[in-house]
Amino acid sequence: MPFIPHTEEDTGEMLAAIGVPGIESLFDEIPKELLIRDLDGIPDALSEMEISRLMRARAAEDSGLLCFIGAGAYEHHIPAVVWDIATRGEFYSAYTPYQAEASQGTLQTIYEYQSMIASLTGLDASNASLYDGASALAEAALMAVRANRGTKSRRILLAAGVNGTYRKVAAAIAGSQGLTFERMPLDGRTGTSDFRALGDEREPPVAVVVQQPGFFGTLEKIHEITDLAHSRGALVIAVANPTSLAILEAPGSWGEQGADIACGEGQPLGVPLSSGGPYFGFMACKNALIRQMPGRIVGRTTDLDGNPGFTLTLQAREQHIRRSKATSNICTNQGLMVTAATIYLSLLGQEGLARVALTSCRRTEDLVEMLCTIDGVGRLFDGPHFHECVLRLDRPAGPVLDALAARGILGGFDLSVTNPELGNALLVCATETKTEADLESYRDALRDIMSSI
Amino acid sequence: MHEPLIFEKSRRGRRGYAQAPAGRDECTVPTEFLRGDRPMLPEASELQVVRHFTRLSQQNFSIDTHFYPLGSCTMKYNPRACNTLAMLPGFVNRHPLGPERCGQGFLACMHELQEMLKAVTGMKAVSLTPMAGAQGELAGVAMIRAYHVARGEPHRLEIIVPDAAHGTNPATATMCGCVVRELPTGSDGDIDLDALRRSVGPNTAGIMLTNPSTLGVFERNITEVAAIVHAAGGLLYYDGANLNAILGKVRPGDMEFDVIHMNLHKTFSTPHGGGGPGSGAVGVGTRLMPFLPIPIVGKREDRGNPPYFWLAEEHMPQSIGRLSGFMGNAGVLLRAYVYMRMLGRDGMRRIAEFATLNANYLMARLEQAGFELAYPGRRASHEFIVTLKRQSKSLNLTAMDVAKALLDHGFHAPTTYFPLLVPECLLIEPTETETREMMDRFADAMIAIIRDAETDIQRLKGAPYTMPVRRLDDVKAARNLDLAWKPA
Repeated sequence: MPFIPHTEEDTGEMLAAIGVPGIESLFDEIPKELLIRDLDGIPDALSEMEISRLMRARAAEDSGLLCFIGAGAYEHHIPAVVWDIATRGEFYSAYTPYQAEASQGTLQTIYEYQSMIASLTGLDASNASLYDGASALAEAALMAVRANRGTKSRRILLAAGVNGTYRKVAAAIAGSQGLTFERMPLDGRTGTSDFRALGDEREPPVAVVVQQPGFFGTLEKIHEITDLAHSRGALVIAVANPTSLAILEAPGSWGEQGADIACGEGQPLGVPLSSGGPYFGFMACKNALIRQMPGRIVGRTTDLDGNPGFTLTLQAREQHIRRSKATSNICTNQGLMVTAATIYLSLLGQEGLARVALTSCRRTEDLVEMLCTIDGVGRLFDGPHFHECVLRLDRPAGPVLDALAARGILGGFDLSVTNPELGNALLVCATETKTEADLESYRDALRDIMSSI
Repeated sequence: MHEPLIFEKSRRGRRGYAQAPAGRDECTVPTEFLRGDRPMLPEASELQVVRHFTRLSQQNFSIDTHFYPLGSCTMKYNPRACNTLAMLPGFVNRHPLGPERCGQGFLACMHELQEMLKAVTGMKAVSLTPMAGAQGELAGVAMIRAYHVARGEPHRLEIIVPDAAHGTNPATATMCGCVVRELPTGSDGDIDLDALRRSVGPNTAGIMLTNPSTLGVFERNITEVAAIVHAAGGLLYYDGANLNAILGKVRPGDMEFDVIHMNLHKTFSTPHGGGGPGSGAVGVGTRLMPFLPIPIVGKREDRGNPPYFWLAEEHMPQSIGRLSGFMGNAGVLLRAYVYMRMLGRDGMRRIAEFATLNANYLMARLEQAGFELAYPGRRASHEFIVTLKRQSKSLNLTAMDVAKALLDHGFHAPTTYFPLLVPECLLIEPTETETREMMDRFADAMIAIIRDAETDIQRLKGAPYTMPVRRLDDVKAARNLDLAWKPA
């Protein structure tokens, strides 16, 4: 019986202490007709050796490809220390830190994490994380509606570069509370938002969301959009890539007043791609909005002896206290991922993270230059980009990507899936994990494919 | 002993030199987009970082180090193989947007997990995408709403929630634009059926139930409850937080539930990680199948193509939509898959049997030692409630005091002050992976604490004494908010 330690002797003595003849008696309050005899559809148990073999075979099926896909999840080098320590039993199998005295390790880690996110975003306070970047945007939108007392609007206006899946998730989560999500038009030349209409609109939105860098890798005029949004009484929600914050302007410094809320996907900070999750969403805000922020928050305080210690605070916002009046139904934070991110940021520091950002941008630019020497491949947008760029192909990207995959290269994200209006467009990303030789492999394979199809 | 912050150990210019690119590449981004300041991240050597976080970890209680009888949390052993295998390079390095053809190994695990979860719950279809229990609840209530709207009954906005329910239940109902109707629980722990009959009507969207309930007892009238709610046109939502009590013995689908969420980080032993990540897979009956959140793994039979593929918007036009950026907490799902494969059919039936045996044994020991049970006439499910209301009057001893004193005895406290119905309560769930000796030691510690309370209550109220910190000033924490380190 895997993981169950009882011997027959144990069981017998325990049943005697309870005063019942058998384990089945303990289920005598359950209506007989509900008790099942057997579990169909569940295979026989596998030993650890057998399941290991199966999983290794399955994992090997999916291995060995050179990845140039970004589109919301980014491959960066993760130091060995990060997961060695994050998977220590004391972190891995610890519970939510409700009993603070028994959880100072977790609580202090989260406090340090909050400090780092606050600093990266240039805002006053961070929470202990949300599930992922997409749901963090949904929560940020709900938060903006609660916080922006100056308007009854429930319109959220999204910049053109906001990840399309994030919009879908925000609508699925927040739509039933009357929020609507609209998009600014995309300037087809620059790949950034045409935000002029924000100044003309009769009924301003309750919040404007700007993603920097945008989904296409391009860089928005964040100062102008922020000031314009604020002048119309809207709050500004920044969706940021955390690696980019090592070098890009912090949301807290956008425009005259700074963005009000910053959120985004924390995966690039020491969390592996892992087929899409678990990741974590970060969120930070100005002081004035702290009590509207969802999720757990850790605060530093003192104990009975006057020594410093950490504890969950402002719990009156949360579901276990406020129930139907809570800021959100969220219970969990992504504790393990936050632990990993905190260790990652501690190892890299500002200089290390900046180098990751700079090298990733450099690699992408190098890749784009190389690929554009191939007939039929060019840049789609003018203007600067971060560590992703959209290429224009003279044919649909799908078959090209299939041919590249057959050669062990995942060439990028086919934008015809999400943005058919862009034509034959391919979003490519090269991070610091890619060498010169990797880029050359891609170029050589693509040149071959483009000339032969 | 307080461990200084990593910032306090930092020195300008230090970092983990092996970890970032060797050179500082020239910036390809124009200056107008760049920040002018330096973010305040730590500046420490790799060894400093290793020591810091290792020492922090040593300040935690965890399942790997301590008995953790937290009611409703199911703190069972997290098998190491689940972690090792979920983190195999082929899984951990795979980009979520990679082609399906290059993800068949992963997709096979996900599909089989969907099938196994259907089998243990008796539901007709499963979506693995919700990233936590609360998100599973959100999906469940959203599906119920979508169902009523699709049938032309958008006015059905009332969700009935027992007063003993977990806080996420009413919070979720509100998030979905619904109105909560609270239902009283009877003194024997079952739902008040007459109150239920009065609560249902033409505006009823559904009821959210946990079974066994948060009171640790089985809802004996569940068949009647289902009939009443269905007759009124409402649907039944099952909060699977307590699934460990009935796994392999009873299936929620057989209890006429229309939708269930499972907490994979409870019942299926994925790690709690200091507060997450969880996973709140949802299962549905026939009525709600069209509305499941996407994406879901499908399997095709034709030989020409790889068998596994994602079902998304085009296959499920009535879906309530996407709840995550990709497909949910894949790594957590892999861990749950490995766990279920290692238990197999027989192992899964054992879970409920031994979780229930352990809870009833510990309950008997504590009752025999003089502790008062909240529901003395009832069987424990996988958990049970002790109330200290008598001792709080006679000794001024609170559940909080007992919880803190337990820490000094080397046990994490049970859940305290939940459910809200029972005064000064401890909700105790040993789980099936604990030995009989551990439970005996816990019972002995509880007895010792009462003795200490009778001898010197003031000293006891100062517990814990042996932890890295004494009791913390929560009031000060909320009043003088210190949520982020700032340099002096």
